[in-house]
Amino acid sequence: MDRIERSMSLTGEPPKALNTIQKIATLWGMTGLAILVLAALNTSFPNKGLWLVLSLVSIVGGIVLFAKGAYAGKPEGIKNHGVWFKSVSGRGFWAWVAGISLTGFYVILYFYAELLGLNPGGENRGVIALFDPLSLLLSGNPASQWFVYGTLYTIAIIAFGIKFIWKYRHNRYERIRTFSVMFFQTAFAFLIPEFMARLNESEAYNLPYYDLKSVWPLNYYLFDGYSLDGLLSSGNLGLYMLIFGVASIFIITPILTYKYGKRWYCSWVCGCGALAETAGDSFRQLSDKSMFAWKVERWVVHSVLVFAVVMTTALVSTYLGNDPGAHWLTRDIFLVGVGVFLTLPFAAIWYFKRDSLKKDAKLGAIAYLVIILALLGIHFGSGNDNIFLFEASNLRQWYGFLIGAVFSGVIGTGFYPIFGSRVWCRFGCPMAAIMGIQQRLFSRFRITTNGGQCISCGNCSTYCEMGIDVRAYAQKGENIVRASCVGCGICSAVCPRGVLKLENGPLDGRIDANQVLLGNDVDLMALVNKK
Amino acid sequence: MPLHQPMEHIVIIGNGISGVTAARHIRKQSDKRITIISAETDHFFSRTALMYIYMGHMKYEHTKPYEDWFWKKNNIELKRAFVQQVKPEAGELILSGGETMAYDKLILAVGSKPNKFGWPGQDLDGVQGLYSFNDLQELELNAPNNKVCKRAVIVGGGLIGIELAEMLNSRGIPVTFLVRETSFWNGVLPSGESEMINRHIKKHHIDLHLGVNLKEILSDENGKARAVVIAETGEEIPCDLVGLTAGVTPNIDFLKDSGIELGRGIKVNRFLETNKPGIYAIGDCAEQHEAIGNRRPVEAVWYTGRMMGEVVAQTICGNRIQYNPGHWFNSAKFFDIEYQTYGWVHSDQRKPEYEDHFHWIHPDDTKCITIATHRDSGKFLGINTFGIRMRHDIFDKWLTEERSTDYVIQHLGAANFDPEFYRSFETEVLSAYNSQTVNV
Repeated sequence: MDRIERSMSLTGEPPKALNTIQKIATLWGMTGLAILVLAALNTSFPNKGLWLVLSLVSIVGGIVLFAKGAYAGKPEGIKNHGVWFKSVSGRGFWAWVAGISLTGFYVILYFYAELLGLNPGGENRGVIALFDPLSLLLSGNPASQWFVYGTLYTIAIIAFGIKFIWKYRHNRYERIRTFSVMFFQTAFAFLIPEFMARLNESEAYNLPYYDLKSVWPLNYYLFDGYSLDGLLSSGNLGLYMLIFGVASIFIITPILTYKYGKRWYCSWVCGCGALAETAGDSFRQLSDKSMFAWKVERWVVHSVLVFAVVMTTALVSTYLGNDPGAHWLTRDIFLVGVGVFLTLPFAAIWYFKRDSLKKDAKLGAIAYLVIILALLGIHFGSGNDNIFLFEASNLRQWYGFLIGAVFSGVIGTGFYPIFGSRVWCRFGCPMAAIMGIQQRLFSRFRITTNGGQCISCGNCSTYCEMGIDVRAYAQKGENIVRASCVGCGICSAVCPRGVLKLENGPLDGRIDANQVLLGNDVDLMALVNKK
Repeated sequence: MPLHQPMEHIVIIGNGISGVTAARHIRKQSDKRITIISAETDHFFSRTALMYIYMGHMKYEHTKPYEDWFWKKNNIELKRAFVQQVKPEAGELILSGGETMAYDKLILAVGSKPNKFGWPGQDLDGVQGLYSFNDLQELELNAPNNKVCKRAVIVGGGLIGIELAEMLNSRGIPVTFLVRETSFWNGVLPSGESEMINRHIKKHHIDLHLGVNLKEILSDENGKARAVVIAETGEEIPCDLVGLTAGVTPNIDFLKDSGIELGRGIKVNRFLETNKPGIYAIGDCAEQHEAIGNRRPVEAVWYTGRMMGEVVAQTICGNRIQYNPGHWFNSAKFFDIEYQTYGWVHSDQRKPEYEDHFHWIHPDDTKCITIATHRDSGKFLGINTFGIRMRHDIFDKWLTEERSTDYVIQHLGAANFDPEFYRSFETEVLSAYNSQTVNV
């Protein structure tokens, strides 16, 4: 009797239980995945197109139905009941299963694509062959492991994006932002590059895969030899794309980051951010908020940035050096230019913003600059072709392996259920590092703290995917200006007392304008704030 | 050569927001030896976040505003003990187990305990309040899910009552909510707001009973609560948990024989000093001899606890200063509806004769505001806002500048603190205000 009641219960009791709709949804979604697994195990499907559609529809349908079971018919509001009780979002058994499976998938994807059925010489097999019909439809080429990955990635962002919008349907900032990431992923990362591949059917074009919204240094392969060759041999379009790529980081990014903070990119446009904000939303609370993690973050992310700069400089200078006289830009001019270009902003920050820099930031900045300039100097001093002590192509290979594959893929996404959804963005992304420096020192963006209303509950810090201890600032009445903030807006959403607001405003008083307002009379607050 | 003087020892009883704020600010200004004693937990946690632990939004560790290394780094000693007795003449505390601790100055920041009004059965198993970490652990035993707890009855319609209702609701436990007032919290909220919250509570499938009192709690054969009886109707409601949330009262029983002057709370002057030299009381447990402005003599509010902690730290560090709170503000959340208040907006019953109200409610029944105006001068007295966030600093400024309500309504947009892209309602509010003014 009791058992019958339990299984018929639609409301569930402890908030971790799945209701009937969610159970059906899970089954449906898993069926879709099972088709992919069967295909990977070389089950031969008679009508690949049909089975592919069936699989993808099941995955999307399962996720959307799951969201319906979770949120439909319930009052609008914060939906975090049971987050820490559930096995998958509370680092329990299913979190480890999911983490290990995802990690395994990434290892196969990056290093053993033949297990998925990749067969560059002949006809694809396995799960990659299942995707051939869709790839042929879009680009006219057979699928690769990257096409399979790109399709699943986009599907995940769309389906979990719908779930996210359902969950935060009361919050217009979150709705619009999620539409934005879904659009940029689908159009810029998925469809446009496939259509660009169509252009290559003509002799005049030789375009590389180029996701226009993926900005160097996140898009570290933009300056690879093959990419530069491809762009430069594709007429004006290729040239414009290259110019756009350079302008993206050196002109567009600084302007938009000044006006809106790095969120314009990290939580509105970027593909990594898109996955983290949608599929990763269930894991955002797992990020490490300790002071120790923050220290590690600062050293690691800026080291990756230095690595990316050195590697790209080496690649471009090798490219220029391979064919002296082919371009107006010679290798020596380029290297001197890089040196000057890095030194100038460094000196400017040192001079104008010295009060904003903590001791370890100064130490780190000097160390990094010395490393880069020393490498440049060694090249000029030695005068041989083997620049930077290392061969550029070796450097590029190591970067691609360590940063591109292991860090951003295997660890960054595979470990979502253990370390949270923004491990890569926080500890690894060189693009985030550049924008972070700017956001901390020179941007209108901040999270405003609403006077003395904070009750130190900790929801903001807990649900910060970047591991920022938001509460530490809010309870002091201090605005939050942190390099790593991606502006997802969830701290503001989960705050039960209306304390936090993401805003763009004047630089004056951006950091601690409101400390005076913790509630006591002004004379006392003047004493309290005396430093 | 100066004589070596041992550092003054400041002992703080209670590691809540008041005591911890006092400790932090004393440390900012001095090298005095500081000890915080608590029987509740090893470390400071946010009491207001207890509900989120039960609902699974956070774990206990997330509710700690400072990492555990913070205390040692700042040389603040933590002592886990229950203080049984304060001996002001000896400058000594007696801890449970007989241990003693000497102090030079003592700050009492001992907080509150849930009210019990002598109801028959109020001490049965399965009857509890919700204030301390211990209460939360008890709740986890009494109401882990809707199999063990098939129905809960909450007695008392205040902020903790509605939080407890939300908590139990999150685990699918049916809740009956007994409220003595004719409408939820209408001793504090004007009727328009109070009624909106009534409807919101019912929308969450809470069985809300207004205008009823608890007669008694019935026991089963094991001394566990099995039902409550409503005084007005004699109706018997079977339940497995009775939540007593009819307010809190200062937790001062252990001070009865100490010679420290007590009333409802620990009596203090504006300097937060008790009648005993070197002993101070702050936070929930302190009772002002005379109420400050419209405030109550005992203010059991997070923010006032924090403010008193800041004040007493100044006094202890040699800058004797009065507790002089600025403009009143507060906030809460009723299920999905956030509430903020700035200045004074009184309920219909407590409203002074000169206080006029302008009330605007959104058709979706989740947003409303009430603005209080001085009838004669047109001066803005305060605002209650539901479902729309407002800026503390702007309202603080307007209250200081003694702006008129006309001015406030016309500039309401400047005070909006909702997230970007949210729809704003200033135009609707303004036109409602104008049509109301014309009608009068």
